[in-house]
Amino acid sequence: MSTVSTTSAADGQLRPLVPPSPVTLRINGQDHTLQLAPWTSLLDALREYAGLTGTKKGCDHGQCGACTVLVDGKRINSCLTLAVLQEGADITTIEGLGSEHALHPLQQAFIDHDAFQCGYCTPGQICSAQGLINEGKAQTEDEIRELMSGNVCRCGAYVGILAAVKEVVDAKR
Amino acid sequence: MSTDSNTKYVGKAPSRVEGPLKVTGQAKYSAEFSVPDLVYGYVVSSPVAKGKIRKIHADKILALPGVIQVFSHENVPTLAWFDRSYKDDVAPGGSPFRPLHDDEIKFSQQPVALVVAETFELARYAASVLEIEYEQEKHATDVEALREKGQEPGSGKTGYKPPVRRGNADKGLSKAEHRIKQEYIHGTQHHNPMEIFGATVHYHPDGKLTVYDKTQGVYNCQQYLKKVFGLSADKARVVNLFMGGGFGAGLRPQYELFLSVLAALELKRSIRLSLTRQQMFSLGHRPHTVQTVELGTGPGGELLGLKHKAVHETSRFEEYTENVVNWSGMLYQCPDVHLEYEVVPLDVFTPLDMRAPGAATGSIGLEVAMDEMAYEAGIDPLEFRRRNYADRDQNEDKPFSSKKLREVYDEGARRFGWDQRKMEPRSMREGNKLVGWGMAGGVWDASMQKAAAKASITADGKLTVSSAAGENGTGTYTVMTQIAAETLGLPMEAVTAKLGDTTLPEAPVQGGSWTAATVGSAVKSVCEALGEKLLKLAQKMDDSPLKGAKPEDVEFVNGLIRLRKEPRQSVVLRDVLQVSGEREIEADSSVMPNPLNMQKYSMHAHNAVFVEVQVDEDLGTIHVTRVVNVVAAGRIINQKTARSQVLGSVVWGISMALMEETVMDHRYGRYMNHNYAEYHVPVNADVRDIEVHFVEEEDPHVNPLGVKGIGEVGLLGVAAAITNAVYHATGKRVRSLPLTIDKLL
Repeated sequence: MSTVSTTSAADGQLRPLVPPSPVTLRINGQDHTLQLAPWTSLLDALREYAGLTGTKKGCDHGQCGACTVLVDGKRINSCLTLAVLQEGADITTIEGLGSEHALHPLQQAFIDHDAFQCGYCTPGQICSAQGLINEGKAQTEDEIRELMSGNVCRCGAYVGILAAVKEVVDAKR
Repeated sequence: MSTDSNTKYVGKAPSRVEGPLKVTGQAKYSAEFSVPDLVYGYVVSSPVAKGKIRKIHADKILALPGVIQVFSHENVPTLAWFDRSYKDDVAPGGSPFRPLHDDEIKFSQQPVALVVAETFELARYAASVLEIEYEQEKHATDVEALREKGQEPGSGKTGYKPPVRRGNADKGLSKAEHRIKQEYIHGTQHHNPMEIFGATVHYHPDGKLTVYDKTQGVYNCQQYLKKVFGLSADKARVVNLFMGGGFGAGLRPQYELFLSVLAALELKRSIRLSLTRQQMFSLGHRPHTVQTVELGTGPGGELLGLKHKAVHETSRFEEYTENVVNWSGMLYQCPDVHLEYEVVPLDVFTPLDMRAPGAATGSIGLEVAMDEMAYEAGIDPLEFRRRNYADRDQNEDKPFSSKKLREVYDEGARRFGWDQRKMEPRSMREGNKLVGWGMAGGVWDASMQKAAAKASITADGKLTVSSAAGENGTGTYTVMTQIAAETLGLPMEAVTAKLGDTTLPEAPVQGGSWTAATVGSAVKSVCEALGEKLLKLAQKMDDSPLKGAKPEDVEFVNGLIRLRKEPRQSVVLRDVLQVSGEREIEADSSVMPNPLNMQKYSMHAHNAVFVEVQVDEDLGTIHVTRVVNVVAAGRIINQKTARSQVLGSVVWGISMALMEETVMDHRYGRYMNHNYAEYHVPVNADVRDIEVHFVEEEDPHVNPLGVKGIGEVGLLGVAAAITNAVYHATGKRVRSLPLTIDKLL
């Protein structure tokens, strides 16, 4: 029998907490001033403070892509950046791409090709696809597969995702 | 007879009705409901696999401003005492795990404390610095090392069938001209749905709770809350409108439910509790399984004897069972069969049904062994299966309610081009890639459960159908809408389907591929009941052409009620509603499986999978370049969503075959790759051409809809077919999955 003790405060002392302060984020063209502690991730700021739960948390470690948003047009994992670092940036989430009655072409293509089942990875997939289109790199099926591989879909809707993204990429040519 | 119908939706391919909500981020998952004045919870997990908690030093973090409470066994109130209060609908035998019950540690990552704070960030930080002292005891977690300790389960869980024995397998095998005996192993797997397990509990001012929980069964969770916390049904409403994937992980109430409700009741506050991806490796798993298969054939390639044994782990406190070996007694004709099934109690959490539990495992052992046997006997693997076709379920000694597996074989072979295959391994290549073709298949239960549904139609012709089923990506909303619309002859746009809420009529947990059969039948039944009411109202109208007609004489099509024999004799449904003066007309109904048919027939779905792999001769990397999966599962209600389920199953099969494994370090009794970076699942670049085809079966016996369910059968045989294709490509037979490149070199 052995004894194990766990704590990550090595010196036994707790760090003083930095109080929340106002942070202004430009999300989908609108300014949101949120009271955030500095260690709040962009993902948690969106979901828990701005009420924009379309951006999903699948791992919180940049491993699954469910939290993909566009920052100044580039796709990033919003769990891997702090909200305070994005002040002044132009943030686009799934809510900013289209709405139920005014769907973005990617959103429509995802529905048409049944490119999702449970729908939880879908906002990240769509934001990622928009980022891919912005990058202008992917043209062939193999390129799309490779460059969409940062977004895990556990339901395994990859065949539909490829078809949906390809359709929109082709239409943009 | 009528043919001019626009409201026949069953069997077509409409897009998901909830699609627009999902693609715009408006579909609300459990940890996303906006509730005022929320506090946040964060779970602390045990780093040891076995032992005792000596002391929880909560004081230090309770001194942090904003930290509200630390719940642990030291301060949990007295709750239900008996094991039966903690048993849910799908609990196996034994004593269910009770979170924060006492100082005992039973498995690594056991939740030992819940930290509650005003913000998520603070709860997470406080949890990270909470000091806990443990006394560690010696644990045992290695099923391969302890396989001799396996014992046949006593009771198991509902649906468990003891292993079948018939004839004398040893004698049968002794007469065989060709024989094989091999061992097959696959590692532990975790469901890992994309959505993290979580709950939002709304504590209403009157003390009632609305619990938004990630679950595949809202009623199962409500029952649990009623029994454990002594809550009445109206005090514990459980809701799940969308589930970000389940695959079985949400069949049983998970500990976020217990912990969040505990905290809400104790603090009288609304709370949000999300687990972490890492903690999701403590919610149950597909067990690490060791299988032995022995086969023997006569001169014509006929199976003369079959033995199949499986051993896997269970926890120390519950006896988890799944049907691993029994499929081997029914998929092929064989007179002499001996099946064995054992479990070994270890210091791990109880395993949990994971997509096609048992069958996905058993089909690896049987279907790789069948391939080995075919090679040993020198017969094409597909031809070998045809020669041993089972026209009758020999396990139960019953006819099948329907079985079109022969047509499945024919269709799959034709679509894949199987007749071009050369039998010899390493006989096909493309540049430096060795090409291999393999096939396999499987069988799965066509089940139905009891369920209730409600339907109501308003004066403007809008129909709402409801049943507390679940939607975890399978298409439940859509299938309910299609069936309701078709039954009452309405456009799908006029129908709203509601589910996932304990204020709705009861439905079983979403599992066993039974939801379409069960909830679909309930929806059909309730719409027919509503139809009868509408017919009566129509007959009251002046000069009604339907006077004297019985329900079976009329049909509901294109917004009309009309006589089947004289379709021109009709009334407009909306006129009926308007003239009736009623604002809303309702009907309730419930359905259950037909016990007579169940007694008479064996009800099963079947599939066959044909796979092409390319293996890099120098590097050993494997790509699954082509898959044809043909499924016979009765009637297909929605071609689009059913296809997606089978596409997903193929991806799961690729994952099982080549990637997925939770690796335990037995020195610590701990899963080491408990995150999405190291627990490998396929990404887009791993998936190439997949073709899905359904051979439809007319089955009047299985249930009123003729549906057998499609969520699991498509997974069967995929991993085995890939393994067999890799053998065909390389000449190397790998019997341990996942088939990683180190095993090929």
